[in-house]
Parts: sequence; structure tokens; C-alpha cells
Amino acid sequence: MPKMNLSHFEAALLFALFTSVVMGVVTKRTDRDRLHYGVYTFVCFVVALFGIGWLMYFGHG
Amino acid sequence: MAKEKEPKQPAAPFGVWAPAVGLAWLIPGGGHLLLKRTGRGVLLMLAITGMFLCGLMMRGAMFQPQSGDILTILINTGGFIGDLASGILYLLSVWLGYAQPDVAGHVHDYGTKFLVTAGLLNVLAMVDTFEIASGKKD
Repeated sequence: MPKMNLSHFEAALLFALFTSVVMGVVTKRTDRDRLHYGVYTFVCFVVALFGIGWLMYFGHG
Repeated sequence: MAKEKEPKQPAAPFGVWAPAVGLAWLIPGGGHLLLKRTGRGVLLMLAITGMFLCGLMMRGAMFQPQSGDILTILINTGGFIGDLASGILYLLSVWLGYAQPDVAGHVHDYGTKFLVTAGLLNVLAMVDTFEIASGKKD
């Protein structure tokens, strides 16, 4: 099995992508709502990623 | 005015939902495919299997239940249940000898989380399968 070497950012983006797909598929009742919710979840992940990243940067001093 | 409570629907018989939920555990997305939700089943299969394979390629560690203090028990037993929830993906990787020790490094760490999360996402897929099979959802 090949080895994967990702940065924190790449791994977190990949995590957000897979999780958003599943969250979108299982939570809503119409395809349109599923797509919207999947994209919304992905955007939330990315915003949290940057937000918490900056918070840690400033918190670290 | 308080809304009147809707009458509770009787629970669906075990034989109706159990095969679909069992298949959903064994093969991620399999329950949806059995219930003829092909598009959603394929998406779930790709996402959960993709996440698990990424976890393996990052050389994530599998959890084993351990005794000790309460935190150790919780983390390791919870992680083991999460790993096990991936169904055939977990069983195959263990049967084929995947035994990565828990080593330091952010890639390994992410890999471990990917493996557990794949199982937890499969639990969500199983719940969705249950709701479809028991008629609570389209």
C-alpha cells in the first residue's frame, strides 16, 4: 500500500471533504437540500480550520 | 396553543430493517444500495471507503480495548468501536495483517483519526438506512 504524506492543511481538507459528503447524504430529504447542506458543512469546516488556526497562532504568542 | 402530539407510529418489525442495517455495517453504502437508493449508496461507499483507505495510507493505528484509568478505557474502547464500525474494511485490513504501531507524527495521527471517523460516518449511514427501511424517511 502506498504511503501518503500530507500537510496538516491537506489532511484537514480531505477530512472535511469526506465528512461533508456523508453529512450531506444522510441528513436532508431532497437532493437539492443535500447538496446545499454538504457544501455548507464543507465551508464551515474550512472557516473553522482557518479560524482555529489563527487562534492557535495568536494564542501561542 | 400547544400543538397536539402526533400519534406514535409502531416500530417497524426487526426483519424489515435488520438485513439492510446489517449490510450497511458490513459494506459502507450497501444498505442504501439494497434499498435501491443507488446514488446515495455509491456516494456513501466512495466517501467512507476513501476515508478509510486514506487512513491506511497515512499509516494510522487501529485501537485495541485497554484497561487502566477511565480516560484510557474510554479512548481505546471508543476508538475500537469506531474502527469496528467500518465493517468489512476493518475486518479485511486486520485479517490481511495490518498492524501499525502508534507512532508520533501528524500524518500518523491524522491517519488514526481518519480510520475511526470512517467507522463513525458508517454509523450515520446505518442510522439513515434504518430510517429508510423502517419507513421514517424516503
